[in-house]
Amino acid sequence: MTSATASQTIGPYWHLLEDPSWADLTRLGVEGEKITLTGAVLDGDGKPCGDACVEMWQSYPIVSDRFPGFGRSNTDGQGVYRFTTVKPGAVAGRGNTQQAPHIALCILSRGLMRGLVTRAYFQGEALNDTDPLLMSIEEPARRATLIATPAGAATWRMDIRLQGDSETVFLDI
Amino acid sequence: MTDPVPFRPISPGTQPPYDAPAYVGTIKRHPKQKLHPMPHTITETTGPTFSASQFPPLADMTMATGKPALGERIIVAGTITDEDGRPVPHTMIEIWQANATGRYNHRSDQHDAPLDPNFHGAGRVFTDEQGRYRFLTIRPGAYPWPNHRNAWRPNHIHFSYFGPAFATRLVTQMYFPGDPLLAYDPIFHAVPDEHARNRLIAAFDLDITEPDYALGFRFDVVLRGRDATPMGH
Repeated sequence: MTSATASQTIGPYWHLLEDPSWADLTRLGVEGEKITLTGAVLDGDGKPCGDACVEMWQSYPIVSDRFPGFGRSNTDGQGVYRFTTVKPGAVAGRGNTQQAPHIALCILSRGLMRGLVTRAYFQGEALNDTDPLLMSIEEPARRATLIATPAGAATWRMDIRLQGDSETVFLDI
Repeated sequence: MTDPVPFRPISPGTQPPYDAPAYVGTIKRHPKQKLHPMPHTITETTGPTFSASQFPPLADMTMATGKPALGERIIVAGTITDEDGRPVPHTMIEIWQANATGRYNHRSDQHDAPLDPNFHGAGRVFTDEQGRYRFLTIRPGAYPWPNHRNAWRPNHIHFSYFGPAFATRLVTQMYFPGDPLLAYDPIFHAVPDEHARNRLIAAFDLDITEPDYALGFRFDVVLRGRDATPMGH
């Protein structure tokens, strides 16, 4: 077995790849409850990371000609990323469990040698109380770092703190 | 419902830590808490698909404007496999890099070296059925960066890979053999395992080299493979 190739930072110039339309996962005409997921990426001093690449993946709705499932957003001068998508449904967990609706996020940036993976759940979902991942995070304050909160019409906010007192829970996937 | 087969955990030392203080940018951006362990679910074992019909390949970065870019033309080719040596077919590869003078065509790059109007520095290719890919570009120049006094990045090309799942995402950099700057580069040296680190250096390859046209370099990449034993996490 040959181990996977080593990661290197995405650096500050990844925007050469960027197609800003990728941040809108509804652009191909998917039907569903349209939402915005947004938030700031902040460093250990609480300063915005304005050069990050935030990627998202949701496995439901299932990928089709009308729904890519995957999105990529830059962060602006305030460190803010922003996706438009449709609200994900619940999906199966391991061993006949159910996972609460969630969006997987991967943060790539200068200063990160590898992507950091986390998830955005949605405040108020009944299934949050029985979601296997959320239940596995003992401290309520840590668990809360993965829960997006309402921030206006059809808008959900989840800030991502890379380091510090309210550091986001990052996942070892 | 059958549980999805997870991908293998990373082999110790083969991936860089988040806390790599010689690379100053990591100091305020690495998490201090341990990553939270979790078994792979459908969210991690599935991922986006990109097709060449949706995302047209750009495999000749030397002629992106129709006119030749300045610098030394090179051919980069290789194979993408998983950890069991199986080819990863039809997967998208994104490529970006500085021009021959060491300058990115990017608003944030203020390095005092000339831009080349005929070199944009972004490409996209797909692997074939056997996991092979190939593209043409210009050998990128070295450039200074503010990490420490007299810090210079070695010549490198950035790569982004998706593979079959969210868990197989990989972003890395390819380096060139014999580059004296590698010895001083904290990003390259953040990979603890020497063998894993040196796999980021492409190999000069006379079979990829085309007579009277361009030197060829081989850069083979391995993406995570499936774990043989479910729940192996």
